[in-house]
Amino acid sequence: MASVTFQIWRTHASGGQLQEYKTEISEGMVVLDAVHQIQAEQANDMAVRWNCKAGKCGSCSAEINGHPKLMCMTRMSDMPQDKPITIHPMKAFPVIRDLVTDVSVNYRMKKKIKKFKPRPPDAPDGTWRMAQSDIDRIQEFRKCIECFLCQDVCHVLREHQLHEEFVGPRHMVYTAALEMHPLDVEDRREELKNTGGIGFCNITKCCTTVCPEHITITDNAIIPLKERVADRFYDPLMRLLHLFSKKKNNH
Amino acid sequence: MTNYETYHHDVLVIGSGGAGLRAAIEASAAGVSVAVVCRSLLGKAHTVMAEGGVAAALGNVDDRDNWKVHFTDTLRGGQYLNNERMAELHAKESPDRVRELEAWGAVFDRTDDGRILQRNFGGHKYPRLAHVGDRTGLEMIRTLQDYTIHLGVDIYQEFTIVNLLKEGDKVVGAFGYDREKGLFKVFHAKAVIIATGGMGRIYKISSNSWDCTGSGISLAYHAGAELIDMEFVQFHPTGMVWPPSVRGLLITEGVRGEGGVLRNNAGRRFMFDDVPESYRAQTSTNEEEGWRYTQGDKNAKRPPELLTRDHVARCIMREIREGRGSPHGGVYLDIAWIKEKIPNATEHIRRKLPSMYHQFKELAGVDITKEAMEVGPTTHYIMGGVKVDADSQMTSTPGLFAAGECAAGLHGANRLGGNSLSDLLVFGKRAGEYAAAYARNTPAGKINEREVQEIATAALAPFERESSAAGENPFQIQYQLQDRMQELVGIVRTGKELEEALKHIGELKEKIIRVACSGNRGYNPGWHTALELTHMITVAEAIARAALQRKESRGGHYREDFPEKSDAFGKVNINIKKDDKGEMTVTQVTKPKMRDDLQQIVNEMK
Ligand SMILES: Cc1cc2nc3c(=O)[nH]c(=O)nc-3n(C[C@H](O)[C@H](O)[C@H](O)COP(=O)(O)OP(=O)(O)OC[C@H]3O[C@@H](n4cnc5c(N)ncnc54)[C@H](O)[C@@H]3O)c2cc1C
Ligand code: SF4
Ligand code: SF4
Ligand code: FES
Repeated sequence: MASVTFQIWRTHASGGQLQEYKTEISEGMVVLDAVHQIQAEQANDMAVRWNCKAGKCGSCSAEINGHPKLMCMTRMSDMPQDKPITIHPMKAFPVIRDLVTDVSVNYRMKKKIKKFKPRPPDAPDGTWRMAQSDIDRIQEFRKCIECFLCQDVCHVLREHQLHEEFVGPRHMVYTAALEMHPLDVEDRREELKNTGGIGFCNITKCCTTVCPEHITITDNAIIPLKERVADRFYDPLMRLLHLFSKKKNNH
Repeated sequence: MTNYETYHHDVLVIGSGGAGLRAAIEASAAGVSVAVVCRSLLGKAHTVMAEGGVAAALGNVDDRDNWKVHFTDTLRGGQYLNNERMAELHAKESPDRVRELEAWGAVFDRTDDGRILQRNFGGHKYPRLAHVGDRTGLEMIRTLQDYTIHLGVDIYQEFTIVNLLKEGDKVVGAFGYDREKGLFKVFHAKAVIIATGGMGRIYKISSNSWDCTGSGISLAYHAGAELIDMEFVQFHPTGMVWPPSVRGLLITEGVRGEGGVLRNNAGRRFMFDDVPESYRAQTSTNEEEGWRYTQGDKNAKRPPELLTRDHVARCIMREIREGRGSPHGGVYLDIAWIKEKIPNATEHIRRKLPSMYHQFKELAGVDITKEAMEVGPTTHYIMGGVKVDADSQMTSTPGLFAAGECAAGLHGANRLGGNSLSDLLVFGKRAGEYAAAYARNTPAGKINEREVQEIATAALAPFERESSAAGENPFQIQYQLQDRMQELVGIVRTGKELEEALKHIGELKEKIIRVACSGNRGYNPGWHTALELTHMITVAEAIARAALQRKESRGGHYREDFPEKSDAFGKVNINIKKDDKGEMTVTQVTKPKMRDDLQQIVNEMK
């Protein structure tokens, strides 16, 4: 057991500030445990969003010592404990209260992306055939737990607040999963370019670095999408080819 | 006079887990206006945590599988206390419900010929669980979520329901608040579907998410609906035991399905020591055969590690209690040993069980491809809940429907792994369909303004007590309840301890009258917890009372003072209802005789 000092963002009527708390840390605790302990013992009304405490729901995103992380997957033993540990809400989103942010923009942006549209079933019983090797790459994207940490670090959203112009890395991953789905026949390239704002991404890869699901957001999702968009809009030869071949050819 | 905003819908769905979303999709398809209210963000409901898979007799891996086998497996697992009609519908309809997910974009793992892959799980005769690695719940909830958002369903995220509203006998809406601002909301609806999930959080050691306080079961109970089978709580055999802060976190049964074995501190595969009579014919007696089974040998019998959860959990408890446990009070679950059998075992384990690999690596500092895990039982699931009509999912209260974990009947005394995700799909759909039909044929009821005002006043009372020194801390009461339930209403029960539990629950009821909170109404966890306590305590009481009533041991319910099964109790379900005076009454209801054609199937498959 050791006593550790935390500085946790608390909001009040005219803004907010970091407030100091001390709590006892025991073996194996994660940051979320410490926050809960402080909440139960010293600050019943301290707001924190969480559900699973297992890194599966993506609710508990925050900035711990300035690093965007899941509080439930950050072990206390990995944190330097000789100086105060700061916990700040995600900075890219408006704060609702204390550590809880308003992430509703993400839900709004997702809804604008054209939904999954499968080709007609392959078999008379209404089912499809897909090889495991053809779905490996989108299964990577579908690991996303919608923690929005990638949105939080992306400078386009964080510094420039272009939430309505750029869908951000999470939704690039989402779009990639749809576009590369072997059954999908929809074309989302135009919207990626326009409403999606894919051009805003300048491949800094900050999003990939913070993803708790280790999704290679930039290399595996965004860059291939950029290539597809480029093919569609700028390459006359590719354009011509598209006229002759079906859009997707995964079999 | 408290202000509140009112919303009008035909069908109100409370909960956005698998059951709630599937219900909303179906109701919306029927052309009525639908609202989904959930107290977490969309896509974060407890369903997201499900790992191993969804059970459906697709027969993709073993074509001997069909609905009849699934049906009998479910009854055998439930020790024949199941509602057979539900088990029938579930076994027949789950394949379509799973295929439908694929049409909506789900990407399940594949067989070599490109169909949906299925894996072995405890109590299922053939490989039956469609899955995506060990994150099946995420795949399912995301698929349903992404489908629902394009349907025009109104989704109210981070809204909590605290009461149902009635007109006479019938439910006409619900009362709640939005977490963000703490403002009161009234949902006026012709039909209400409860899809609020389980109650693991009333125990100290649990695999469940924050959301699982059993509030929907309590909402239904207080609205006059009957509950059944509340004594049947599933303790999953393999939860993490170390470090303390992650105690209870689930280790999927998939680990055993992939060849993981249980050992005590002497290295013995103790599961071979005790195989129940009803499973002897299908369980292997040697380690080699068990391994072949996990690798898909159709002629091999299942290893005893894949017996039903109630049994495995009790065997683990026995080893621990008799001093053969691991250093932190568990036993060993070893998947690393398969390197003796297959090349590239490390990659194989990481690919088949990626979340387990990460969970142990990141939270316990254990590499499961090299070392054994320490595991012990954890509160996982409630078989009991709101009593529903098998076909329509309507409760005994008109206008009120229930689906998913909060509803009861399908699983009887013990649930088979994988049968919950399929339950959500099959009965979520049915609830949506029948609630929509009910709404079409029912005029909107009237909301009673006085009732709303009373509820609002009661909801704000904890703030009034803020300054009084006698105010109780809501979190501390919650911890006390969790400790008592763990200690006295856990995996091994006695009449004496259950009575003691009821005494404590009575005291906690007194305490919650004095519960206090500080701060303001916006996103205030202290206040939220204070309002939730009534529900948690109601559910705790129902479990303890039902457990006291069932003087036998069966499935998830084990009574040390009545360790055997009793024929008499094998014919009844325990029913719980709020009487006219507001007291909880417990009765035994005789199960109707099984339909002849179903009985015949059971006899054939013996
Ligand atoms: C770790 C783990 C792994 C599992 N793995 C499997 C598996 O592999 N296969 C399987 O079949 N089953 C599995 N289960 C069981 C299964 O996941 C659950 O039984 C199932 O997900 C419950 O779904 P549901 O839709 O009934 O409720 P939930 O998913 O729990 O959703 C409940 C919803 O209700 C809302 N809610 C609750 N109360 C209120 C209220 N008062 N007001 C407003 N909203 C409210 C919540 O916000 C949430 O949206 C697992 C369970 C756990 C814990
Ligand atoms: S790579 Fe693109 S999306 Fe990712 S953080 Fe950088 S700019 Fe944003
Ligand atoms: S892509 Fe990764 S970082 Fe972004 S929301 Fe999904 S899980 Fe979180
Ligand atoms: S609480 Fe679910 S990811 Fe942290």
